[in-house]
Amino acid sequence: MATFTLQVFRGDATGGGFKDYRVDAEDGMVVLDLVHRIQATQAPDLACRWNCKAGKCGSCSAEVNGKPQLMCMTRMNLFEPGSTISIAPLRTFPIIRDLVTDVSYNYEKAKSVPPLRLRPPDADGKYRMWQEDIDRIQEFHNCIECFLCQDVCHVIRDHDEKKKAFAGPRLFIKIAGLDMHPLDNRDRRAFVKDSAGIGLCNITKCCTEVCPEHIHITDNGIIPMKERMADEFFDPVVWLLRKFRGQKATRTA
Amino acid sequence: MIGRVLKDQSGRVGVAARPPIAAAHLRQDTWWALPVTVVVMLGAFIVYSTWAALQNAHYFVPPYLSPFYSPCISATCLHLTLGWGLPDVRLPIIGILSPAFLILWGPGLFRLTCYYYRKAYYRSFWLAPAACAVRDAKAGYTGETRSPLIVQNLHRYAWYVAVIFIVFLTWDALLAFRFPAPGGGHRFGLGIGTLVMWINVVLLAAYTFSCHSCRHVCGGHVDSFSRAPVRYKLWRLVSRLNEHHPLFAWLSLFAVGLTDLYIRLVSMGLIRDLRMF
Amino acid sequence: MATAEYETHEHDVLIIGAGGAGLRAAIEAAAQGVSVGLVCKSLLGKAHTVMAEGGIAAALGNVWPEDTWQVHFRDTMRGGKMLNNWRMAQLHAQEAPDRVLELERWGALFDRTKDGLILQRDFGGHRYARLAHVGDRTGLEMIRTLQYHAIHQGIDVYMECKIERLIKDGDRVAGAFGYWRNTGKFVLFKAKAVVIATGGIGKAWKFTSNSWEYTGDGHSLALWAGADLIDMEFVQFHPTGMVWPPSVRGILVTEGVRGDGGTLKNSKGERFMFKYIPEFFRSETADTEAEADRWYEDKKNNRRTPDLLPRDEVARAINSELKAGRGSPHGGVFLDINTRRPADYVRKRLPSMYHQFKELADVDITREPMEVGPTCHYVMGGVRVDADTTAGTVKGLFAAGESAGGMHGSNRLGGNSLSDLLVFGRRAGLYAALYAKDFGGQLTVSSAEVESLARESLEPFSRSGGENPYAVQAALQDVMQNLVGLIRNQTELQDALVKIEGLKERANKVRVEGGRAYNPGWHTALDLRSLLTVAECSARAALERRESRGGHTREDYPQLDPEWAKVNVVLRLKNGSITGSREPLPQMPDDLRKLFEDRQ
Repeated sequence: MATFTLQVFRGDATGGGFKDYRVDAEDGMVVLDLVHRIQATQAPDLACRWNCKAGKCGSCSAEVNGKPQLMCMTRMNLFEPGSTISIAPLRTFPIIRDLVTDVSYNYEKAKSVPPLRLRPPDADGKYRMWQEDIDRIQEFHNCIECFLCQDVCHVIRDHDEKKKAFAGPRLFIKIAGLDMHPLDNRDRRAFVKDSAGIGLCNITKCCTEVCPEHIHITDNGIIPMKERMADEFFDPVVWLLRKFRGQKATRTA
Repeated sequence: MIGRVLKDQSGRVGVAARPPIAAAHLRQDTWWALPVTVVVMLGAFIVYSTWAALQNAHYFVPPYLSPFYSPCISATCLHLTLGWGLPDVRLPIIGILSPAFLILWGPGLFRLTCYYYRKAYYRSFWLAPAACAVRDAKAGYTGETRSPLIVQNLHRYAWYVAVIFIVFLTWDALLAFRFPAPGGGHRFGLGIGTLVMWINVVLLAAYTFSCHSCRHVCGGHVDSFSRAPVRYKLWRLVSRLNEHHPLFAWLSLFAVGLTDLYIRLVSMGLIRDLRMF
Repeated sequence: MATAEYETHEHDVLIIGAGGAGLRAAIEAAAQGVSVGLVCKSLLGKAHTVMAEGGIAAALGNVWPEDTWQVHFRDTMRGGKMLNNWRMAQLHAQEAPDRVLELERWGALFDRTKDGLILQRDFGGHRYARLAHVGDRTGLEMIRTLQYHAIHQGIDVYMECKIERLIKDGDRVAGAFGYWRNTGKFVLFKAKAVVIATGGIGKAWKFTSNSWEYTGDGHSLALWAGADLIDMEFVQFHPTGMVWPPSVRGILVTEGVRGDGGTLKNSKGERFMFKYIPEFFRSETADTEAEADRWYEDKKNNRRTPDLLPRDEVARAINSELKAGRGSPHGGVFLDINTRRPADYVRKRLPSMYHQFKELADVDITREPMEVGPTCHYVMGGVRVDADTTAGTVKGLFAAGESAGGMHGSNRLGGNSLSDLLVFGRRAGLYAALYAKDFGGQLTVSSAEVESLARESLEPFSRSGGENPYAVQAALQDVMQNLVGLIRNQTELQDALVKIEGLKERANKVRVEGGRAYNPGWHTALDLRSLLTVAECSARAALERRESRGGHTREDYPQLDPEWAKVNVVLRLKNGSITGSREPLPQMPDDLRKLFEDRQ
C-alpha cells in the first residue's frame, strides 16, 4: 500500500482550482479507484463521470499529470509511491463541474456526418462482405468515444474558434469507416474537406498517442482520408482532365 | 434531415467556458526532450547537406557516387550517370552552382511533404503543438488549408519523383560493383563503399515504399478489397512497411548523409576504402 | 417555492434508457411517425450494452444450416429451465435473425464466414454456433450502430437525465419526473406511453459486472407505478468474472473465451466441469475429456464440452470447487485458453480480454491462464409484460430488455440478451407508438404532485441525519453479496430482509453536501431508493420460491420442484409494501411442446 497526494480540480466555469487529497492505494488500483475513495470518504460531491471501469465505455476521461487518459486504465503503480498526481478535467470542452465537462461538441459533430447509404444487395437479396473488406474499418469501430483524441487535438484545444469548422479525429475515423465501408456508396470527400475541415489537421498524431484503444487514427484514418480528398481535389492530372472536359468536381450526394 | 437531436447539454458548441486552468500544460514528464532531439538531428542534417551540396567536389570516387549528386546528368559532372550515347545536358548554371542543387529538390520535396516529417517539424519547429496537451506557441492557426501549406496535398507527386530517384540510386549502387581496372577497363569488385551504397539505397527504398501516398495509390483507395485481390496484397505489404515509416525516415536520412560523408572522406583521401575483393 | 421549479417536455412516447433496447425502441417508434424522447442517465452510447462481449444469438444458419428458430427456442427454454414465457422465447427466436441483418444494413460489421456472411460462435447452452459477433466487443458494435442510426431519425435525446418517478393520470401512465444530472434542475416529461428500458439491478451486489447505472431504476419505477414484477429471485451470477486485482473484482470475462476453446481448471489442474454435469443436460454433454476435445473440431459426431453448460450450472460448479479448497491463489479457478489456442488466435478473437487482463492484472492470457470466479451479472426478472406488445400491467407502460421479465425464465443463455434487446426493443417502440397514436384522450399531470416529488428529492440536502450515501450503498452491497448470493437459504434471506429494512431507515437519514450541479453524493442518495427496492424484491421473491432452479439456488431446497415449474413469483406494491404471490405460467401450445419430446 502506498499513499499519494491527488491534486484534483474542483470548480466550475465561475472559478476553481486544484485541491489536495491524501489517499491510500492498494495493490492493483487505478486512478479512478482513488477518485472514488475521495468521493466516499472526503468529498462526496466530487463530480466525475464513469461507467464500466474496464476501459470499454470511455466515460472517465481526464487529464492525469497533464496527459489525457482514462482514469480506469491508469494504474497507480505507474507513479512513484508518495508522489503528487494532478487530475484535471478535459480542457478542450466547457466545464460543468470538477472533472465533468460538456462534451456535446462531439455529439453535434456526429450528427453532421452523412450516414451509410447502402448499395443494392447481391442477386439473392443478401449482402456479402469478406473479412479483408472490413478488417480495416473494424479497427475504427473499436472507438469507445472517450473523446480523448478530441481533447488532445490542438486544432480545437488551442484554437477554440476552429470548433465550427473542424470535426476532430473521432469523427475523421467515423467518416473513414463509412467511406471505406464495402456496402456504402456515398462519396464523402467533399464533406471531409469542406465541412469536417480535415485540412486543419496537421497530422501531429497526438490523437493516436492518447487513444486508449490503440487505434491508428492518423495513419489508418486521417491520412487515408486526406489521400482520398487529394484524389478528388488536389490531383493536377485529374484537374486538367476535368478542365479539358468541362466537368465539375463530384459533390457529396 | 437531421432531427432535433441531443437537447441534452444545451447543444453548446465551443462557446461556453473552459475549465479555469491557466497553465499552458500540466505535464510533469520531459515532454520537450523529443522536439529538441528532432531539432538537433534535422538541423544537423540540413547544415551538413547544404554544406556538402555547396562543395561541388569530392562527390565521386570511382566507382562510388554520392547520393547528393545523383543522377549526374551534366557533362560537367565528375561522373556520368547516363553516358553511352545519351546527350550531355549542358546547363549554364553548372559551374556556378553545385549540381547537387539541381537534384536535392526532388528528395527534399518528398521529405518536406512527407506525412511523418510534417508531424516532426510541425511539432519541433512550428511548436504546433510541441507535445501533446502542450499549448500551441502561436495563437492563429490555419493548418494545411491555405497556401503555402495546402501544397502538402501534392505529396503523391513528390513520391513519384522520389521513385525515379530510387531507380537512379539503384543504378549507382550497381555501378558501385564496377571498379576501374589497373590497366584500363573495369572489373567486378566489392568495397565497403559498395556496401554503404547498397544499405543507403535499401533504406531509401524502404522509406519511399512505406510512404502513406504509396499505400493509397497501391490500394488504399479501394473500398472492397475482396474484389481487388492484387491491390489488396500490395496494400497489405505497403501497410506493413508503413507501420515503420518514421523509423525508415530517420534511418534513410542518416544513411544518405553518412554515404555522402563516406564517399567524401574517401575522395579526400582522409580514409581508405577497404576492398573485399 | 423556487427549488421545486421544473421544465416540461412533451412527447408521444418517452423511452427511459438508451442501451440496446431503448435505442432500438426509439428508432422503431420514430419510424411510426410519433414524437419520441429518449432519456438516459449517462452520455449517449455509454449504456451497459457497450460491455456485452460475446455476441448476439440468432439462428441465421450461416455456420450450421441445421440451426433454425425452433432449435434456438428449445435451447432458450431449456436454458431457462422451462420457466420462460414461451411466447416471448418464440418471438425472440423467430425474429432475432432479422434484427441482426438489420443491424448489418445500418452499418454494423460482424466477423465474416468464408462465404462472406456473418460468422457465428459457440456459446454456453446453444446447440449450434449461433452468436453473431465482432471479436469480443459485440455490444460496442451494436450500441454504436444503433446510436449512429438513431441520431438521424429525429429523436430527442436527453442525456445525463435521471428519471425519479413515473407520473400517472388515473390508471394511465402520463409521464415521468426527473432531474438533470448536470444542473440538478428538475424536469417533467409528459408522454402518452412510457417504455422502460433501464437494464438491471446488479449494483445491489458487491462483486458485479454491472456499472453504477444498474440500480434497478426501471424495475422500481414500474413497481411504484403499480405494475407487476416477475421472477425477481432469478439473478444470474456469471461464472467468469475477474477476481484479481481487488479493485476490478467482478469485471466480466466473456463466455466467448470458453466458446473459443477455453477450459476451466482447478488448482490441481483438473477439468472439474466433468464432475458437475446435471441429469438435465447429460445426454447432450461430453463426459470424457477426449470427446470434449474432439467436439471443438467435429461438432456433428461429438457432444459439447461441459465448460459450455448454461451459466447457472458453471457458476455453481465453480462455487463448489472453491468451497472444497481447490481454488486459485486469489480465490477463483483457472480459465485456460493458451494451451488450446495460439497467441494470434487469442488476440484476434478476444482482443478486449487480452487488453483487459494485460492492463488491469498484468496477465498475458496468451501465455498464462486467467483467474476467474462468479460475479453478479444479470437479472432474469423484471416488469411483467405481454409477450407480443411488451405492455406492462399498467396502461401506457411498456418494458423491454433486462428490465422486462419472462423471456429468459430462470436463467438466461449467453448471447440471448443482445438479441432480446433488439427483438423486444423494436416491439416496445412499435406498440408504444401504436398505443400513443390510438390514445385519443387528454392526460393531465398535477403540478402539485410534481412539486412534491421535487421537494422530496431535495430532502437529503436539508436533513440533520449524518448518514453517508456511499456507506449505505456499500452496506447494502455487502448484505446482498453475503445473504442473497449464488447459494441461498431461508435464514439468510430472512436476515437479509431485516437488514434491508434497517438500511431503508438509514437511507432516510442520508445527508448530502454541496450543491445540486453534478453532485454524485446526491445522485447516489437518490439511487438508494430504487436500489433498496429491487434488493428487497429479489430477496422477497427468493424467500418465496422454495426450490432450486436456474439462477436461484436454495441450500434448503436443493431440487427442481415440478410444482414450482408451473408458477411465477409475482411482486406488486400493496399499501406501500411489496408483496409476493404465485401465479400460473402461460401454457405452451402443443406444437411447440413437441419440440421438447423429439430429442432427448
